[in-house]
Order: sequence, then C-alpha cells, then structure tokens
Amino acid sequence: MRFIFKTNYAQDINIARHGGDKFWYSTLIILMLAMPLLIDDFYLGEISYVCILAIAGIGLMILSGYTGLASLGHAAFLGIGAYTHAFLLTNGIPFFASIPIVVIVSFMVGALIGIPILRLTGMYLAIATLALGFIAEHVFIKWEHFTGGNRGMPVPQPEIMGMSFYDSATFYYVCLAFLILSMFAAINILRSPTGRAFVAIRDSEIAAQSLGVNLGLYKALSFAISGAFTGLAGALLAHYIGYLAPDIFNIFLSLSLLLLIVVGGMGSLHGTVFGAIFVGYLPQLIAICRDYLPSSIGSQPGLEPMLFGLILVLFILYEPLGIYGRWVKIKLFFQLFPTYKKQTFKKQKVFTKSDRV
Amino acid sequence: MQLIQLIIDGVASGCIYGLVALGFVLIYKATETINFAQGDILMLGAFVAFSLIGVLGMDYILGFALTVVIIAVFGFFLDAVVVRQIIGQPPFATVMLTIGIGFILRGFASIFWGTDIFSFSTPFSGKITEFNGLIISYVNLSIIIGTVILVSVLYLFFTFSRIGVAMRASSENQLAAYYMGIPVKFIFSLIWSISAATAAIAGVLLAPITLVDTSISLIGLKAFAAAVLGGFGSIPGAIVGGIIIGIVEQLCGTYENYLFEGIREISAYLVLILTLIIYPRGLFSDKAEVKKV
Repeated sequence: MRFIFKTNYAQDINIARHGGDKFWYSTLIILMLAMPLLIDDFYLGEISYVCILAIAGIGLMILSGYTGLASLGHAAFLGIGAYTHAFLLTNGIPFFASIPIVVIVSFMVGALIGIPILRLTGMYLAIATLALGFIAEHVFIKWEHFTGGNRGMPVPQPEIMGMSFYDSATFYYVCLAFLILSMFAAINILRSPTGRAFVAIRDSEIAAQSLGVNLGLYKALSFAISGAFTGLAGALLAHYIGYLAPDIFNIFLSLSLLLLIVVGGMGSLHGTVFGAIFVGYLPQLIAICRDYLPSSIGSQPGLEPMLFGLILVLFILYEPLGIYGRWVKIKLFFQLFPTYKKQTFKKQKVFTKSDRV
Repeated sequence: MQLIQLIIDGVASGCIYGLVALGFVLIYKATETINFAQGDILMLGAFVAFSLIGVLGMDYILGFALTVVIIAVFGFFLDAVVVRQIIGQPPFATVMLTIGIGFILRGFASIFWGTDIFSFSTPFSGKITEFNGLIISYVNLSIIIGTVILVSVLYLFFTFSRIGVAMRASSENQLAAYYMGIPVKFIFSLIWSISAATAAIAGVLLAPITLVDTSISLIGLKAFAAAVLGGFGSIPGAIVGGIIIGIVEQLCGTYENYLFEGIREISAYLVLILTLIIYPRGLFSDKAEVKKV
C-alpha cells in the first residue's frame, strides 16, 4: 500500500500522482516508440488503427464518460473530419496545415449542433444524436461535389520530411504522436475548471447549476471539444482507410465507439485505450470464436452483431466500469492483500430515478 | 385526388410507425426507460409469424395470435430477467443495454432464419378496392383497421380493467403504487410484454408490404420521430405522430424533385430534430416533460 504524503494543494491535480506513475508511463512511451523495431508492418498498422480509435474514444469519453451526455451519432464527426481532411489535402493544403483546420471545423460543427440539441437531456439527446448521425451519413452520400458520393473519394497520402505515409512506421509515429498529444490535452482539459464543470454536470445537473456552472454553455463546449477530438481521429482514419466511402460512417461505427468507451470503462481516460485495443481486435477475436464454433453457426454473418450486442449487455450488467474498473479492482486486491474485501466495490442498492419534474 | 391517395398510403405506413411508437411510449411512461430494441422486436415478430404461417402452414389468424403471444411472453421475460437489473442506473446504461439487446436479436434472427428476404401469404395480399377513384390495397386497409382495433382495446384496457388501472397508477407514482399493494415489478414486466406484443402486431401487419428480413428493424428508429412528435408519454400522441410522419414521408417521396434529392429517407429524422429544437414537448404532452436547460 502506497501512502501519498501531500504537502501542496497542487499535488491534487498533478498529472503523475507519484514516482511509480512517472516510471511506468515513461516506460510505456519508450516501448511504444521502439515498437517499429520489435514487430512487423502488419501489426504496426493494427496498432496505428488502435491509436486512431483511442483518439476518437477520448472524444466520446469526454462527452459521455465525463459530461454524461450520450451520443449515438459520433461517426458523423469521424466522417466530417475524414472528408474535410481529404478535401483539403486534395486541394493542395499541406498535412500539418490541414489537421488544425479539421480540428477547428469539427469543433465548430460540434458547437453548432450542440447549441440547439443540448437543451435536451438523457434519452432525448440520445435519440436526437442518432437522427443526426443518419442525416450526416445521408449528406455524405448526396453532397457529391464535396464527398464524391457513393463513388467514394481517394485520400492523398502526403509526405512528412521526406517520409511517405505509405510507410507504416511513419504513419504509426504520426498516429502515436497525435494520441499522446490528445491524451495530454484531454488530461489537461479534465483537470481544469472546465473539466470539473463537466464532471459536475454528469453527477448532478442541479448541483452543478447551483454552483454557478452554465449548463448550456458547458454542454455545448463538451460537445464541441468531443467533436474536435473525434474529427482529428477521422482525419487520421482517412489515411488509414485510404479511400473514403460514405457507408463507412454508419450507425455501426457510432455504436462501436460507444462499445469502446463502455468496455474500456466509463469515466476514465485509461479506458479509452483499453477499449480501443478491444474494439480494434474485436474482428480477430470474432474470427477466433468462429473457429471454435460448429461451422453451421460459425460461418454465419449474423455472428458479429450478436457477439457485439452480447459483450455490450454483459459489460453493462456485470462490469459497468469496464476493463479499467476491473483493473482497479485487481490492483486494489494486491495492494490490500490479504485484507481485500469484496464489499468494497459492491453495487449500492438504487431505485429508479425520475427525470420528471 | 393524387394528394388524397398519397395521404391514404401515408396513413397506412404511419400507423405502423405509430404502433411501434406506442410501444416506446408505454414503456417510457411506466419505467422512464426507452427501449431501443423496439424495432428489433418488431422484426422478431415478423420472423416468428413467417415461421408459423409461411413454414408451418398455420392459418393466418391463428399464426398471428400465436406470434403475438410468443412475443409478449418474450417481452415479459426480457424485462424480468435482463432489463430490471439496471433500475436506477443513469439513462445511458439503459440506452446501451437496449441497443445491445437489439443487436443480439438482429444477430440471432440472421443466424436462425438467414439473411434472405422472406414473404408469406396473407388473406390481404394483392387485393385492392376502389373507392371514388382512390385505390386502396387490402394490406393498407388491414393496417389501418388493425391499428384502430388495437388502440381501442388498449384504451378500454387502461381505462376499465384492474390491471390497466394498476399500470397507470405505477407509472404515475411508483412508491404510492407499492403502498397500495400493487406488485410494481410484475406490472412493469407486464407493460414490457404489452409493448412487445404491440411491436409484434405491427411486424405482422407490415410483413406483406416490406417483406421479412432483418433490415425492417430500422423502422424502430423512424418510430422515435413519431413518439417525439407526439410528445413522449402520450398514447394518442404516438399514433397521431406516427401518421404525420407517414404522410410527410410519402409527400417528400413524391415531391422529391421540388425539394432535394433523397429527402424521403431522412424526412422522419428531420421532423424529429426540428420537433426537438422548436417544440420539444411534442404535440400531445399534457405537461412539460422535457427538462430544459
């Protein structure tokens, strides 16, 4: 058991809580930097994909995990990011100029959508974002001048300092750099007054309001920030896919993002990475499952959505805090060994809460 | 004349939206959760009816009734076994749970019945009637009449039967209902089963038009628009909302050239967003149920 002796108020919001944190996260970063030396190109591509998913996960986590607003249409932001980026690159804007524009555009779109929509709460918001997701998908199909419609749109692969994006190591480093940057930005947003306001809104809107949090403003801000992160992920996703088609950004992608944050662990940035690894490798996992099942079931195309739903339901019912929650429990078990009590994490008895006034 | 024809077609498809929306509303009124799997239950109903009528060769009426019973029992246990466990969790958990259930149902259907498109013969298939130059197909007529019957039965049930009154009491105030000796948990499961049965009826009525495959579960999403437009929590609102959505969709489809291409598919969602922005209470809500910031 580690006791942290606090001598300073600033310690409460330190990024690294103690020496152990510094050591392990530095080790992780060094390991990630050395990754291209350790594994071959195919797996490097997979890890790049996981990085992209994690960035999108950070976006949705800020909105759903920290502000408590469900969005069922976040693939729209991925789409906006991807198409804007591809459009800018096609028109000769360099990569490093395009990315900030993409982030700003997604931020603005998030704010624009957020302002009218976020007056709604809970379920209504989920429904509204679901509808927006559909409308966005439709716009991607019909706005042919900008998106190429159903014919699709090739994404130019730029060169950075003489190294092409076709080289998987270069692309991996770009994704990793953006993931670390996003993570750092997210941590800083969340430990600032803005982030505290988000968490306050999640826990109790009435309490937050009485402490002077402007609900409308902060909800719209949360939506916009979330959109910005997801848009950035979309821009990188465009490079990963290489050829954009509107049906990529469908409801299933939105729900995969939700699965990501639920499985990873609601309300933790660690969770986004765990969830991204999980969602990124889910197709492989399902492929393995197929091998073990009798071929009459294993070869069915319906298996994928079914397992998808099953995992979602089981996590919601039995481990609402996701993989990160499980990790915290295991860690505590060893820290307190042998005095760990199961009751520590026992679910409190709760009753139906009413939204009605 | 063409306009009236379009409106009749719109009313027919709108009734389906209305029935599915009715399922949302029943569950929402009682438990304040929204069942995102409603469309998938509709799909399940259509598939079960196909198995009973199309494969086993049962009589249409008998198959229809049996389907409704099977799905109602399914709905009851869905609540009693799964959904009840997360009472009191934030709304997000319920949203995710029911979405997950929807995926399981869709996956199950495509494993069990396959991904082909099925159809089964009904007494209404292919028959039409003419009235003052208007062409009304029997299928559309069956949907409209079925909806009217179902809504009247539900109305009578909620107004006069003991269980119906108990249901209204539990959705009004759970705690008070408990004190009056109403088995609230059981009542909630019963509401889920009624809601599932409504979806199943919609599914069977719809089957002759859209045929049976897994994609009909998407109707559930359009029915959200109907429920929101009618004011979530109002039973007549759900039906009226559904009919409006149906008519709007039909009109948008016909006058697509004057608007913009492809508006038909998203018209329901546009109505939904506009309702939420402009008048989130909905048309028939008796009190302001949507909290505003």
